Amino acid sequence: MFSTLMINTWLAATIVAVVAGSVGFFAVLRGSAFAAHALPQGAFAGAAGASLLGLNTILGLGVFSVLGALAISLLGKRGRHDAVTALTLVLMLGLGALFLSFSVEYAPEVYSLLFGEILGVSRGDLLPIALLGAASVLAIVALYRPLLLSSVMRDSGEARGLNSRTLEVCFLLVLALATSATIPVVGAFLMFSLMIAPAGSARTLTANPLTALGLSILIALATVWIAVAAAYETNWPIGFYVGTLGAAGYVLARARQAWQIRGHGHLVVAEQA
Amino acid sequence: MIGQLFEPGFFTNGAVHTALIVGAVVAVISACVGVFTVIRSQAFAGHSLSDLGTTGGSASFLAGASNPLWGFVIAALAGAGLIELLGARRRSDRDLATGIVLGAALGLSALFLYLDTSHSSTTGVSTTILFGSLFVLDPSMIPAAVALTVVALALLAGSYRMLLLSSLSPELAAARGIRVRLIGALYLVALGLAVALASLTIGALLSTALLIGPPATALRLSKQPAVAILAAALIGVLATWLGILLAYDSYNWPPLGHGWPVSFLIVALIFSFYLLTELPTRLLRTLRPNRQPLANAGPEP
Amino acid sequence: MSSAIASGERMLVVDGIDVWLSGREILHDVGFAVEAGEFTGLIGSNGAGKTTLLRVILGLQPPSAGRVLLEGRPLGRRGTAIGYVPQKVLFDPDIPLRTRDLVALGLDGERPGIPLPSRRRRALVEEMLEAVDATDFADARIGNLSGGEQQRVLIAHALIGRPKLLLLDEPLANLDIRSEFEVVELIARVTQEQQISVLISAHDMNPLLPVMDRIVYLAAGRAASGTVGEVVRSDVLSSLYGSHVDVLHVHDRVVVVAGQATDSILTGSDESVRHEPQDFIRVS
Repeated sequence: MFSTLMINTWLAATIVAVVAGSVGFFAVLRGSAFAAHALPQGAFAGAAGASLLGLNTILGLGVFSVLGALAISLLGKRGRHDAVTALTLVLMLGLGALFLSFSVEYAPEVYSLLFGEILGVSRGDLLPIALLGAASVLAIVALYRPLLLSSVMRDSGEARGLNSRTLEVCFLLVLALATSATIPVVGAFLMFSLMIAPAGSARTLTANPLTALGLSILIALATVWIAVAAAYETNWPIGFYVGTLGAAGYVLARARQAWQIRGHGHLVVAEQA
Repeated sequence: MIGQLFEPGFFTNGAVHTALIVGAVVAVISACVGVFTVIRSQAFAGHSLSDLGTTGGSASFLAGASNPLWGFVIAALAGAGLIELLGARRRSDRDLATGIVLGAALGLSALFLYLDTSHSSTTGVSTTILFGSLFVLDPSMIPAAVALTVVALALLAGSYRMLLLSSLSPELAAARGIRVRLIGALYLVALGLAVALASLTIGALLSTALLIGPPATALRLSKQPAVAILAAALIGVLATWLGILLAYDSYNWPPLGHGWPVSFLIVALIFSFYLLTELPTRLLRTLRPNRQPLANAGPEP
Repeated sequence: MSSAIASGERMLVVDGIDVWLSGREILHDVGFAVEAGEFTGLIGSNGAGKTTLLRVILGLQPPSAGRVLLEGRPLGRRGTAIGYVPQKVLFDPDIPLRTRDLVALGLDGERPGIPLPSRRRRALVEEMLEAVDATDFADARIGNLSGGEQQRVLIAHALIGRPKLLLLDEPLANLDIRSEFEVVELIARVTQEQQISVLISAHDMNPLLPVMDRIVYLAAGRAASGTVGEVVRSDVLSSLYGSHVDVLHVHDRVVVVAGQATDSILTGSDESVRHEPQDFIRVS
C-alpha cells in the first residue's frame, strides 16, 4: 500500500483533504452545499473537453470550474442562487456529454474522473494539485475574518466596507480552484461530499470557529486516508468510501448532538471550546 | 426551405416517433412540477433526486433489468421519502442534509457502476444512465411512462390550490388549515416521478434541466402561476422537439459519423431560452440606474 | 423642514437627502444634525423610510441628492467609525460561532487573515462582554441566544470598535416592555460613558422619551428635527403629514392620532403595516 506507486496518491489525498476541509468549512457556513456539488460536476465537462483536445485534464477542470463559478455569481440574484446553479450545472454537464460523445476511448477515464481513482494521480499531476491546493488554502486563510463576518452578519460587514457580492465571487472562485485540485483523486461526484460532510460534522462538535475549521480538516484527512486504504484493498472506487464514510460521520455527529440534548433536557448553553 | 430543416426520414423514423412522444410527455410533467420546485427553492432537492436516480439506475442494471426506468422511479421515491424525513425548516439545513445523503448515494452508484462494468462488458450502461437514452427507448415503455405522468399530473392537479398556497406562504397555508406537511410529501412524490421520467429521456445528470429551466424561464415572463405553468410546459416541449430534430439532423454535422447527443442539444436549448429572457432584463437594469423613477432595484424602506 | 445646516464640529450632518426607490420617492429633502454625545431618536411608522435613511448614512444606499458628513468630512473608508446594529438577525443554531467570537469580529472583522491570539484582544472582548452583561453566555452559540441576549451581543459587536456614532435599526421591535426598558437603559449607559453619539430608529417614541436629547420625526418622506418639545406638536406633525394630526399626552406617554379617515391611525405604540395582495409569485 505504501509503495512508490502509491506515494503520489497518499500525498495528493492529504493535500485534497486539507483543501476540502478548509474550503468546506465556509461552504457549509454559507449554505453553499449546492454550489459545492455543482461546480465539480460541471468541471468534469472541462476535463472531458481537455482530454478531447489532448490537454492536461486539470487545466480543463480549472477552466470549467472557474467559468461555472463566474456564471453562478453573475447570473444569480443576491442570495438566491439555486435555479441558476442548477442550470449552469446541467449546461456544463451537457457539454461534458457532448465532448464525451466526440472522443473515441472514454469509459475508464470518465469513470475515474467521476468517481475517483487511486492510481489516477500521476507524477506530473502532483505539482499542479499541490499548487492549486496551496492557493486555495492561502486564500481561505486570507479571507477568514471578512468571510466569517460577511457570512454570519452581512449588514454589519457591508457597513464596514465589505462588499458581499465581491466576497461571494471570491469564495466561489476559491471553490473552483479547490475543485480542480481535488477531483483527480476523489472524483467529481464525490468531491463535494468530502467538502461538506466533514465540515457539517465538525460544526456540531464545537462552537469555536477556529476549532471547527481544524476539526473539519482532521475529519477530512481521516476520511480520505481510510478511503484510499480501503480502495486499495478492495479495488472498489475511492468515491464510494468517501461518500459513505462522510455520511456515516455526519450521522454519528448528529446522533451525539441529539444525545447531548436529551441528556441535559435542554441545549447546553456553554459548550467546550 | 422547410424541407431543408428536416433531414430525410425524420417523420417516418420509429425511434423518432417514440422520442417525440415520450419526450413531450416528460417535458410537460417536468415543467409542471418544476414550477413549484422553483417557487419552493428546491432546485437542489430536485437535482439530488435525479442524481439519486443514478444509484437506482445502476442498481437495476446490476439486478439484470433491461431498462432503468423502474430503478430510477424507486430510487427517486426513496430519496423523496428520505428528504421528507430529514425535513429541516431552513433551506441551508435541508441542503446540507440532502447533500450528505446524496454523497452516500453517489458513492453507492460508484460501486454499482464499477460492479456493472466488471460483470458485463457494457460500458454503455454509464452513458445510458447518466445521459439518457431518448433515441433508444423501447416503444413498449410508452404506456408505463404515460401512466406515471398521469399519476404525477393527477397529484398536482388534485392539490393545486393547496400546493400553490403552501409553496408561496407556508404560514398562511397552515393558518387556513392546510396540511402543509402532507401536501409537501405529495409534491415530493410528484417530483420523484418527474425526475425519474426525465432521467429516462435525457439522463440522471441532466434531468434537472427539464425540471428547472423552462419553469425558471417562464417565471421571468409571467408571475401568474397558471400562465407560468402553461408557458413552462410549452417551452419544455419546444426545447425537446427542437433538440430531437437537431440531433437527427446532426448526423451529417462534424464530427462525422454519429451526430450530436440529443440530451446535450435539449439542455443547450433550454439554457439558451433562459438566457434570452434573463439578459434583456439585466441590460435594462444596468442602463437605468437607481435615480429615475423607472428602475427596479433596491430594498423596501 | 431642513434649513441650511453648517457643518464643522457636529458629529453627523445629513443635508438635503432625496432617495428614489422602485419609482417612488422615499425621502425628500431630509436633513438634521447630531452633536457629539447626543442621543437621537429616529421615529416613524413602518414604511416611513427609517431603514433607508440609516442605510444612506452608512453609505450602503446612494442618495439621489444631498450629502452626509461625518465629523465634517464626507463618508470615506468606513471601517469602524460608525457602529451599526442591524435589525434582528437570524442565526442558524448550527453556526460554529460563540458570543465572544462575534464580539471579537467587531474589533477587526473586516481585516484579512486569521486573528492571532493576543492578550489585549481577549481583554477588550471580556471588557465589552461585561459592559453589556453578556459574560454568562459568552461561550454559547449565537444561534441559541434569546432575542434580548442577541440584542446585547449585537450592541457589543458594534461598540467594541470604539465608534464615535452608534446606529441602531429598530432594536426595540418585537421586545416586551421590560426588555425594551432594559435595552434602552443599556444603550444609554454604555454610550454615555464613552460619549458616543446614538441614532436609534423606532416606530414608537415612548420608550425613548426618558433618554432622547433630540428627535427626528419621519413621515411621508419628510423629516422634522429638534427637541421633543419642538417637534412633537400637532402643528408640526400636521404639516409633515399634510393632514390634520393630534398629539395627545396621556400621563407621561405620547400618542399621535390622525384626524381624517383617509390616513391610517397612528398611535404611539401600534404598527401600521400595509399588506400587499398575494396573488403574484415573488420569486427571485
